[in-house]
Amino acid sequence: MQFYVNGESKTLNDNACLIDLIESMGLVGKRIAIEVNQEIIPRSQHADYRIQENDQVEVVHAIGGG
Amino acid sequence: MSQVSDSLVIAGTEYQSRLLVGTGKYKDMDETRAAIEASGAEIVTVAVRRTNIGQNPDEPNLLDIITPDKYTILPNTAGCYTAEDAVRTCRLARELLDGHDLVKLEVLGDQKTLYPNIVETIKATETLVNDGFKVMVYTNDDPIVAKQLEEMGCVAVMPLGSLIGSGLGILNPHNIRIIMEAANVPILVDAGVGTASDAAIAMEMGCEGVLMNTAIAAAGNPVLMASAMRKAIEAGRAAYLAGRMPRKKYASASSPLDGVIGE
Repeated sequence: MQFYVNGESKTLNDNACLIDLIESMGLVGKRIAIEVNQEIIPRSQHADYRIQENDQVEVVHAIGGG
Repeated sequence: MSQVSDSLVIAGTEYQSRLLVGTGKYKDMDETRAAIEASGAEIVTVAVRRTNIGQNPDEPNLLDIITPDKYTILPNTAGCYTAEDAVRTCRLARELLDGHDLVKLEVLGDQKTLYPNIVETIKATETLVNDGFKVMVYTNDDPIVAKQLEEMGCVAVMPLGSLIGSGLGILNPHNIRIIMEAANVPILVDAGVGTASDAAIAMEMGCEGVLMNTAIAAAGNPVLMASAMRKAIEAGRAAYLAGRMPRKKYASASSPLDGVIGE
């Protein structure tokens, strides 16, 4: 299944959930927030939320800024 | 004699430091941490950005160093040019910070000046306040806009002293004073502070606090400047509370006129 993460194309197996994406990005246990198609998916749902073909996923974290 | 508390109160929470600092533009995490410590700041701004795919997973995250249990993390909406993007960023920040909803709203108008787009700022404020956010809003020094933002429910209004990162200081103290006199929420100067005296000037006017980033991060010695800023904020605040002497057109001798030696 192909979809987009932070504007870039990504492929995972058809049953992949957000937790699988997080693992593949090396972000397990990190403080992040996720949006799918401009809707925030809370942390509590990451294990169960199934990614769909062509979904636009945004994965963000906090960095230095003024 | 008991000391009367002079804490900064934002959205019902008391803070001892009136210096708020950003975390951008530092050389590395160590310098960020050291400068923030030297500043004594309790409220620290961060930006919300995409994680880099393929980033080194062992690299420490900013919030592992500047931790939410020790500091009040204030996510900003830097880089947002529309109300919609600013609102999205605030919602992501709230999720990122386990429901904490104090945010710094900035909606920019153009890249060269980073001047706030007031129309979009007002739109974003309405949505965010309705969604339960506690909004500290970056704005210009227009007193009517400042009052409007307060009346819409912002918990603090933050007029710029001069352009973000310019270090030009407080260019229009008259407007900022007008804003302050009419305000029922804290007014903090945000943007443009360049050196210690700028911060002291803002506090002497009666501003409740100052938010700065570049002034510290781009100083020759950021940790030393952070410490200077801490003192400047304290000095300016004390001078304000002390009540300055009136300005006079002509001289007023400090030494008595009687008993001057003669010929």
